[in-house]
Amino acid sequence: MLKIKNLHASVEDGGEILKGLNLEVKAGEVHAIMGPNGAGKSTLASVLAGKDGYEVTKGEIEFEGKDLLEMETEDRAKEGVFLAFQYPVEIPGVSNINFLKTAINEIREYHGQEAISAKDFMAKVRSSSALVELDPKLASRSVNQGFSGGEKKRNEIFQMAMLEPKLSILDETDSGLDIDALRIVSEGVNKLRSEKNAVIIITHYQRLLNYIKPDFVHVLADGKIVKTGPKELALELEEKGYDWLNVEKVSE
Amino acid sequence: MEMVAENKVIQFVKGFDLPPRTGAIRKEALQALQAMDFPTTKVEDWKYTRVTRITNKNFEQRREDAETDNFLIPGMEAHVLVFINGYFSEKRSLIREDDEAVSILSIEELNDLYYSDLMDEIDENVFSLINKAYHTGGKFIQVAANKKAKYPVHLIHVVKGEQVIANVRHFVHLEKGAELELVGSFHSEDASESFTNVVFEGHLEENAHLSLNKLQFEDKEVFHIAREFFVQDQSSNFKINTVTTGGLITRNSLDVFVEGENCHTELNGVYMGTSKQHMDNHTLIEHLFSNCTSSETYKGVMDDKSTGVFNGKVIVRQDAQKIEAYQSNGNVLLSDHASVNSKPELEIYADDVRCSHGSTIGQLNQDAVFYLRSRGISEEKAKRLIVSAFIAEVLDKISSEPVRNFVDKHFYESFGWGF
Repeated sequence: MLKIKNLHASVEDGGEILKGLNLEVKAGEVHAIMGPNGAGKSTLASVLAGKDGYEVTKGEIEFEGKDLLEMETEDRAKEGVFLAFQYPVEIPGVSNINFLKTAINEIREYHGQEAISAKDFMAKVRSSSALVELDPKLASRSVNQGFSGGEKKRNEIFQMAMLEPKLSILDETDSGLDIDALRIVSEGVNKLRSEKNAVIIITHYQRLLNYIKPDFVHVLADGKIVKTGPKELALELEEKGYDWLNVEKVSE
Repeated sequence: MEMVAENKVIQFVKGFDLPPRTGAIRKEALQALQAMDFPTTKVEDWKYTRVTRITNKNFEQRREDAETDNFLIPGMEAHVLVFINGYFSEKRSLIREDDEAVSILSIEELNDLYYSDLMDEIDENVFSLINKAYHTGGKFIQVAANKKAKYPVHLIHVVKGEQVIANVRHFVHLEKGAELELVGSFHSEDASESFTNVVFEGHLEENAHLSLNKLQFEDKEVFHIAREFFVQDQSSNFKINTVTTGGLITRNSLDVFVEGENCHTELNGVYMGTSKQHMDNHTLIEHLFSNCTSSETYKGVMDDKSTGVFNGKVIVRQDAQKIEAYQSNGNVLLSDHASVNSKPELEIYADDVRCSHGSTIGQLNQDAVFYLRSRGISEEKAKRLIVSAFIAEVLDKISSEPVRNFVDKHFYESFGWGF
């Protein structure tokens, strides 16, 4: 599904952050990317989503056989890439479900499908909000406005359920969540897992991985994946820290 | 002997006609004009609005006819009063017979003494004086005591042709406990370098309610200067929503004098500038009595090379205690070449008041645009969603559903926006 080869990326007015990253993700898999602060985890998420301010200087990203880097952000979403934001943006006045309806219909149009019916849409809103125990009232409020930290993260997974992406990138989705919210969010993600989609979990801590069991754990340090292992690697990292891998901690 | 250069204002009004009978108000205005000059940007009140492009033209007053059906508000049964180039068009208008509360008269029938007495504080400018001397039409609308108008009043103004001046002047008088909804809409047809110079005044007696929607949808080649002045007696409620999308140069000067206790005053505005449009909203709320509230929300979106001005002044006089005055002005610049000058002014002489004001000028939140794009929405549509949501907060204050739909349709047709 996703093939990242020798990816080098830098921030527009700064140094190189990703320094030759390789990663392959197949349908049905869950990959966890862990690493110390400043290793380039969020940069990877931003580059995958096509955020301005990053420059890819070398390497390629192939998604379902297409060159992802050539696509606009919205087209990546239409192709099935979803980013759950570390810091979801508050957008006053723009209703959560109205924008999702617009998004769903743009995606459907892109694939030559008809617009979703009001009935199907509402049914989907109900099931998706139930999935993450998001108050349906929140679903219809302005995007993230006045949401608590936990509600924002649940709203991200709610949107993931609504848009049914092929590849979901969860950027530090566990940060700022208490135990209950962490469980709800994780269970939501688990229910959305299938043979056809894939998930990349970017996290600093392994606690999320107690709930969402990854097939692979990668350690990202200084812009590269320095170690890959099974889910047990996460526990080892938790216990020993990153130092034993001989990676340099880069301060943020 | 030294030659005295001819007064520019006198030059400007030279070709304008006067009616056979000039009342006291016209006479006073004519006299005042003798000593007037057009404001330059050195005058504080006109610092950001240059009027030379208006004042160096030779406008004429010209009767015209125009098709106005498109300017009717669907779903709103109203008294419709049509003015074309400042002249009342009886054949395009519709005054409904079955409304005993409202009387619609010519502005010429407004009593000079009552008017002068009421408006002794008014701060005229050269344009309002030109209007008061040379207005060619306008209505004096009265609502009887303790009556609610059965129908809203819709004043439709159309300016048509080249270098035309439309001087129109209205006055609305709400007796005690009267209630009225008014819409003043401004449109144009094949107009270029024409000038709408409007004066709109009113008096709300005790416990009266006036809701006014001003919609300025003229072409981007029309000049528009408005002087609006309202006096509120005790326990009255005045609300105005000003929506501006038209005009090359637009200047609204809106003053409200709150001359009684327990009043509420609400001024809302939306302005959306494109190309080289200039939109200036000057407002003044003067609180003279205690226990009143006022709320003011203006929002602007400026694109291309457009410029905006917001100057909102609130004066709380010494005897006006327990005043709650809220004001905010928010602006979004969609282009690097657009600009806004925002100036909130509070003058408070009383000691027991709660006043707040805030002013923001910013770019579109790029993180929000990215967020929406990451869900599959195109950049163009994402921007539109965010900007329309920003403006909708003020448009939501239009309580009449037909008027709101009319405004939404206008935005959709002009900018491709849905709300």
